[in-house]
Amino acid sequence: MKAVAVLIAIALALALQTTLARFLVGGTAAVDLVLVVVVYVALTSGPVTGMFAGSLAGLVQDALSSGIIGVGGLAKSVVGFVTGAIGQQFIVTAALPRLLIFLAATAAHAAVFMGLYVLLGLRSFPSPWAAIASQAVGNAAIGMIAFTLIESLPGVVERRRMRRRL
Amino acid sequence: MALLDIRQRTGYLFVGLTVGHIVLISAQVNTARGVPVLEAVTFGVFAEVQRAASTAIGSLRSSWTDYVALQEVRRENERLRTEVAQLQVRLQQERALAERARTLESLLDLRSEAELPTVAATVIAGGASPDFRTMTVDKGTADGVRADMAVIAPAGVVGRVITPTPRAAKVQLLIDRNAAAGALVERSRAQGVAVGTGGELRLDYVSGTADVEVGDTVVTSGIDGIYPKGFVIGQIESVERGQGAFSAIVVRPAVDFSSLEAVLIVVAPPAASAKDAAQGPRE
Repeated sequence: MKAVAVLIAIALALALQTTLARFLVGGTAAVDLVLVVVVYVALTSGPVTGMFAGSLAGLVQDALSSGIIGVGGLAKSVVGFVTGAIGQQFIVTAALPRLLIFLAATAAHAAVFMGLYVLLGLRSFPSPWAAIASQAVGNAAIGMIAFTLIESLPGVVERRRMRRRL
Repeated sequence: MALLDIRQRTGYLFVGLTVGHIVLISAQVNTARGVPVLEAVTFGVFAEVQRAASTAIGSLRSSWTDYVALQEVRRENERLRTEVAQLQVRLQQERALAERARTLESLLDLRSEAELPTVAATVIAGGASPDFRTMTVDKGTADGVRADMAVIAPAGVVGRVITPTPRAAKVQLLIDRNAAAGALVERSRAQGVAVGTGGELRLDYVSGTADVEVGDTVVTSGIDGIYPKGFVIGQIESVERGQGAFSAIVVRPAVDFSSLEAVLIVVAPPAASAKDAAQGPRE
């Protein structure tokens, strides 16, 4: 059941990334919705699920992009694994730790992704800091909103039920 | 029980998965020629999902504009937009014609390059990853689209087709880090190569002594065999003449990639067009 939910979340993130992102942020898509889903899954389900979710999501994203298949998969599986391990070892239920994790996950993803491409001599990324920073902020903002919405949803439903009963 | 045991060995799983990815990457880097099969199949399948998502969003948008906004105003706006787009394309062709007249090209070449056979396509999706500047259009091999065909918009050059499937095609935008096009400065005819940087363009290999100024228009030179000659790439935003042999030139793209909805795919490469023209005028 959890695997199906993760698959649906990844598919939804990919569909949103490809259809809505270009309208949202001036076509430059300063967010990676798939990475946000991977971090969320890793924090809520642990390193193994996070790693497999990251691997699958990254591979599909690679296949849909014009890059080498596996680079994004590796970057996202590393992020999923490390984020999941941190989520298991530390308490990351408060807003600030989550914000820091989203920022760090984006930076780590960019480091692995760009590092591999540079290492293989396939792409160059002259001065990518501004792009990474804007993507980290975008991912963190969307991740925080997603956490808040998903966690507040059961409470809202319960309160509505209570009001109806009264 | 066995599965549970494996799940507890997360470290081994992580190493195994990492090695798997590295093997996958290595296989492609060493042997890939053309489009990998996995990429083509995944793209072909997902293009249908993108088409459905785009149709759903398009329907929502159109129902909103049809029933909430003023219908007549919208129709008139659409008509005027189409007219403006057609006029802009015409302007591009006229610009290409005038430029070729200045450089005294042959009449046959002129005719072949001005009458570009194109297919209109609608953008159905953007890139799947923010690190690659690509988009998906709703025309594919069934409509005559092939890899390496140029994609243009009324404002200028958009990019080239990289992965065509029967009903859709992936287009690499000119601003992608892996994209490049032969270019020249329209005013001074200084030649260079327009290279994508992810958001803007860089004009490489322009001599430090070449006559280049901020605001100059950069057009395609046609030497790459993909983009037709004389189409606008963008305008020069900054020029830095360093101590090296070449100037550092930044070009602002003419096309607003965030608002692209419809494009034209040039279905005959420039070389083929020239060959057609050499055989005689078309009726």
